Amino acid sequence: MANISKRNRRREKEIMDASKNRREIIAAQFSRRDLMKMGLLTTAGFLIPKNGLSARAPQFGGGGFGGNCFGFYGQGGTPVSPPTTPYLEAMPIPPIAQPVLNADALTGPLPQAAPNTAAGEGRTRTHQAFTTLPPQKYYEVHQIEANISMHPQLPVQKLWTFNGTVPGQTYVSQYGQPNLVRNFNDLPANNGGFGIQSVSTHLHNGHTPSESDGFPCDFFGVTKWYDQHYPNVLAGFASTHPPTGDINESMSTLWYHDHRVDFTAQNVYKGLAGFYLLFNQFDTGNETTGFRLPTFPDFDIPMMFNDKIFDPTTGLLVFDLANRDGILGDKFLVNGKIQPFFNVKRRRYRFRWLNGGPSRFYQFYITKQDNTNHNFWVIANDGNLLPNPVLTSNGVRIAVAERMDVIVDFSSFAAGTKLYINNRLEQCDGAGPTDNIVSASQGNKVLEFRVTSDAVSDGSVNPATNPSFYAVPAREPEDETRCFKFDRENGQWVINDEVFACDDVRFKVKRNDAEIWNLEGGFNWQHPIHIHFEEHQIVKRNGNTPTLIERGRKDVVRLGENDDVELFFRFRDFVGRYPMHCHNTIHEDHAMMLRFDIDDVGNSNESDCGRRF
Amino acid sequence: MNRRSLLAALAVTRSSRVDDQSRAVTRARYFPNVELTTHEGKKVRFYDDLIKDKIVVINLMYADCEGICPTITANLVKAQKLLGARIGRDIFMYSLTLSPEKDTPAALNHYAKMHGVKPGWQFLTGKPEDIEMLRRSLGFSTGNQKLDKDKTNHIGMVKYGNERREWWGMVPGKAKPTWIVESILWMDETNVKPPAG
Repeated sequence: MANISKRNRRREKEIMDASKNRREIIAAQFSRRDLMKMGLLTTAGFLIPKNGLSARAPQFGGGGFGGNCFGFYGQGGTPVSPPTTPYLEAMPIPPIAQPVLNADALTGPLPQAAPNTAAGEGRTRTHQAFTTLPPQKYYEVHQIEANISMHPQLPVQKLWTFNGTVPGQTYVSQYGQPNLVRNFNDLPANNGGFGIQSVSTHLHNGHTPSESDGFPCDFFGVTKWYDQHYPNVLAGFASTHPPTGDINESMSTLWYHDHRVDFTAQNVYKGLAGFYLLFNQFDTGNETTGFRLPTFPDFDIPMMFNDKIFDPTTGLLVFDLANRDGILGDKFLVNGKIQPFFNVKRRRYRFRWLNGGPSRFYQFYITKQDNTNHNFWVIANDGNLLPNPVLTSNGVRIAVAERMDVIVDFSSFAAGTKLYINNRLEQCDGAGPTDNIVSASQGNKVLEFRVTSDAVSDGSVNPATNPSFYAVPAREPEDETRCFKFDRENGQWVINDEVFACDDVRFKVKRNDAEIWNLEGGFNWQHPIHIHFEEHQIVKRNGNTPTLIERGRKDVVRLGENDDVELFFRFRDFVGRYPMHCHNTIHEDHAMMLRFDIDDVGNSNESDCGRRF
Repeated sequence: MNRRSLLAALAVTRSSRVDDQSRAVTRARYFPNVELTTHEGKKVRFYDDLIKDKIVVINLMYADCEGICPTITANLVKAQKLLGARIGRDIFMYSLTLSPEKDTPAALNHYAKMHGVKPGWQFLTGKPEDIEMLRRSLGFSTGNQKLDKDKTNHIGMVKYGNERREWWGMVPGKAKPTWIVESILWMDETNVKPPAG
């Protein structure tokens, strides 16, 4: 116990020092010119480390920064991006993936349950549900380098893509209609400075058999391919709710991204991510049926947010290979474009907001030109519809990998009105946000909505009528309780003091067991923790019932400093290996991950709460 | 031409496809070409002699470190054994001292001998300001200034990479030696396969 309190005291001092530094920087409100005068910023835009000052120059061109700040660690001289004019280009909407005609139309041999190693497949394990849930649609995707413009004032970038776009194509699927995606690794010999040409594509939030999940160690090299079988089945189909699964476990906004162990941040930053949407008889994609949510794709729009850095001299994308704390960009992208605009009609829209990382937390507001807020409705957290819509007047916080589906109503605005998606959460470094909400005028305006004069009808449900979506599935007594502490030792990210290795099975969950997991955050750092395969419910956050927005089903849980959250799980239907990891992808790549296996035996809690420390 | 030199020739052919421009940027950003001295007393240039065209493994240590250094060194000694003849041939190991004032080449030589370090793994010292620049540019520092100044809490990660391919990753020094070796072997482009299990 003595050691703990000693360590706590030391860390508390560190925290106080760090926040004092931050406060000083914020109070000083240095401009770029100030920093240059002080000799802290060179004309090339590099900050010079000095006396523990941790800040980066204010953003240029629109958005404004003022009270916001950027992390800088002195390693390698993280540059400040060149200026770009905001709202020059329309926000792209990723294309919808088109299936091939049938299995015969796939390049290469017919898909099969066993890995087809002889024909160049990188898979090593047999599909669990290939015969019981046979694929009905077949897709082919090629991971290739492509020339992508992220802003007209920056050069074309050589990015890594799924079929040539960033974000990748959107898969649109129905529950009960399994897909097979044949995934080819056709990446080039050169990585252009970062990234690795071996990949593992994870379907984030999928109730997916382990061999198709995109486990970090299931990567495959160039010229290889990998058949990923996505059953698109509701949790409980083979256990608690046969034969179709529990409708209240429906997921809607999923995404896919590279997950290659140690290189996830580099490969995702380079472009390897996209959306995967699931519809069913209630969330139909048509506003005249089911829950009557705005019709896809016209009024139901996926938006992936990323922050990135560009070299001030070449204008090329920079990934800081020397940063292990967390990378913050000073350019904000929506669907691959820096600060785009988006034309909207005078009606309700469903936006599927996804924080694509690598390390920044957002708190998004919709603000008008006069910097007042326009309230909106949160209908889904991590892509899972909440029991009822929640009106927010205080924005919505989204950590890396979290999704928030929102309904924004533009019907009250005259044609020509402009509104903004405005991030007002201050974050100075990779450790996490400061929790300071800057004024609307000081936020990062990442996208401009332009209300058009088009004639419009709106058949979607009005969230103000408090429609009901899915109920939160009932909990049951747990078979097992496990505890996890997320911390840092000697710059090594650890979970319960241990680091990740592919072959290190930390514990085994018995299939169809219910479990309680207690997750505890360490000092000084915040972590969005993602647990693969099954969704959880947040039972308690720091002893309290979670907020309405967190009172649903999730796959990412935000751990603030010293936070303690209690999660309820049921691990059903499939077996195999799955990870739990921090989704600040920099932390993830520096070993803040563990592997657990699901089997029919399980074992009791090796991370027993009572004897953990 | 024997098999090994044929493989080496093939490797050169492959390297000609690599983007020299981006390598130059990466080099400028992360690999300052400072002069260092090895534990055998040899003067070397960091980029030219130690990094360029190689698969490398880099960590930090100092000879009288009582924290995690002995564990990491012990793990790396085991990793060196597992990698056998490849160390010094196409994979090179480097340990940079955090105490260049104290850790003379002789002191580092003593440390290397004491830990049973074999050839192909060099312990490096140099001017304190150069070592500090390397520490920062290689990613062995943190933005948390207090933590960063605490030498006993220095970064326990081990950097690994293939300079020609511009692949750069890190593995924890406290990981099992077999896992450290697995990570290093991924840097061999002829060996891109996932681990078993």
